Amino acid sequence: MGRLWWLLLLAVCAAVAAGCADDDNGGGGSDSESPTRLVVSAAASMTEALEQCGPEFGTAETADVKMSFAGSDELAAQIRQGAKVDVYAAANTRLPDDLHADGLLGTPVEFATNEFVLAVTKDSEIDSVEDLTMEGTTMVIGSESVPIGSYTRETLAKLPPDQEKAILANVRSNEPDVKGIVGKLTQGAADAGFVYVTDVNATNGELRAIKLPAELGPQVTYGAGVVSKSEQQALGQRFVDGLTDGACADALEEAGFGPAP
Amino acid sequence: MRGGWFGVLLFLCLAAALLFLTLPIAAIFVDSSPGELIDSLGEQGALDALWLSLRTTAAAIVIILLVGTPAAYLLATRSFRGKALVVTLIELPLVLPPAVAGIGLLAAVGPSGILGGTLDAAGIELSLTTAGVVVALTFVASPFYVRQAMAAFAAVDRSLLDASRTLGASEARGFLRVMIPVAVPGLAAGTALALGRALGEFGATLMFAGSFQGITQTVPLAIYDRFSTDFAAALALSAVLVAVSGAILLSVKLVQGGAALGGWQAD
Repeated sequence: MGRLWWLLLLAVCAAVAAGCADDDNGGGGSDSESPTRLVVSAAASMTEALEQCGPEFGTAETADVKMSFAGSDELAAQIRQGAKVDVYAAANTRLPDDLHADGLLGTPVEFATNEFVLAVTKDSEIDSVEDLTMEGTTMVIGSESVPIGSYTRETLAKLPPDQEKAILANVRSNEPDVKGIVGKLTQGAADAGFVYVTDVNATNGELRAIKLPAELGPQVTYGAGVVSKSEQQALGQRFVDGLTDGACADALEEAGFGPAP
Repeated sequence: MRGGWFGVLLFLCLAAALLFLTLPIAAIFVDSSPGELIDSLGEQGALDALWLSLRTTAAAIVIILLVGTPAAYLLATRSFRGKALVVTLIELPLVLPPAVAGIGLLAAVGPSGILGGTLDAAGIELSLTTAGVVVALTFVASPFYVRQAMAAFAAVDRSLLDASRTLGASEARGFLRVMIPVAVPGLAAGTALALGRALGEFGATLMFAGSFQGITQTVPLAIYDRFSTDFAAALALSAVLVAVSGAILLSVKLVQGGAALGGWQAD
């Protein structure tokens, strides 16, 4: 028994030491045997589309594509904090533009558009933005910092002030990303929320999308770029290019995204 | 030196563990100046989050103590068929990822959950409400207390209880007047663990109760909300949480001295 513990302890210490050593040369990419690694940080709304085409891109390039999906603002904050990310794809153009202005991201490109809609459960009686003002209607929207949340506030600000106020009074949660909004709606925790049409498509009929009048709906353009500190500039650029032409472009189109403006 | 090279190895492992565990906490304080810290805490959203965290954690702890103490007493003093299974089920949330807890709560007591209709008929709304936060905190934190309380009761010398019974006290009286006072150090340790877990709860709260200032946005959710827009404010709130959690741990250790350590080791 004593010997067993001793071996276990030794194994743990060895593992820790090995972990540290691995970290030392892992960044340099000196290990020619393992495939190149490409880390992609993408807005949560692209999860389904990019999970389809990411591995395909990886196989074609013999690269190991790792994808991380979250609110665009969280991902931008991670890059600002020095996270080792190669490609950043956001649900707006402001966040990539800001990163570019601060020298953290190469010139961003606009690669897709999405439609900003009102989402309700499939048997909901809500049919328009005006219906949201009714007392007792519960809503979940994106928090102010995430693109879906700022689009939502932009849109509501175009309504008459009393309507805007009544709708905001019905908000029960400010979610950190679109997945949180969609999840709460499909679980019946709230009646309505503002999301992208692609998110509604991904629920396979659980939710219904209500189009907004043209004067109300914001222009939702997605922007992407290669992170300046990335050691995979060429590969990263090919991934970004592939968002407008290639497997990922097709997957985005299939998910309901529109072409770049 | 005792143990020679083996002693050195033990020392190095401890040093590595200590450095790894304290560095992130030290960084929170190094990265934020005291001035920034106080400024960020003056903000209404931060105050709302702190106040909400205190209220919901207090409510959860009261529920946990009232229900968990007798339940732990029963488990510690009676043996019955299937007891091991019951204990395992009660301890399960200890090892559940918070996201699983959130999904589970939605599936059980969410609006479309298995008890959703019943609760709705009774006029009880949990998801996206402050009550929902308390439910999430109670779910994730109670096993920490019950486990510790069981150990504390099991460690009490049974002859004390037997003596009180011989003197004519009912079992209820023996439980309240003998068992609880003697087990207090262990119960306090369990309360501290549950308190710490409840204060830090994030995933289950976000999934089940959502995030709304003053209603469901507890301190951990407020930290996450500020992460992308105001890193200084996120650091300041984190510092407060570290200070409060540290104070809880320290006060328990100070009050009971070695007894707390003994309680943690007992199983």
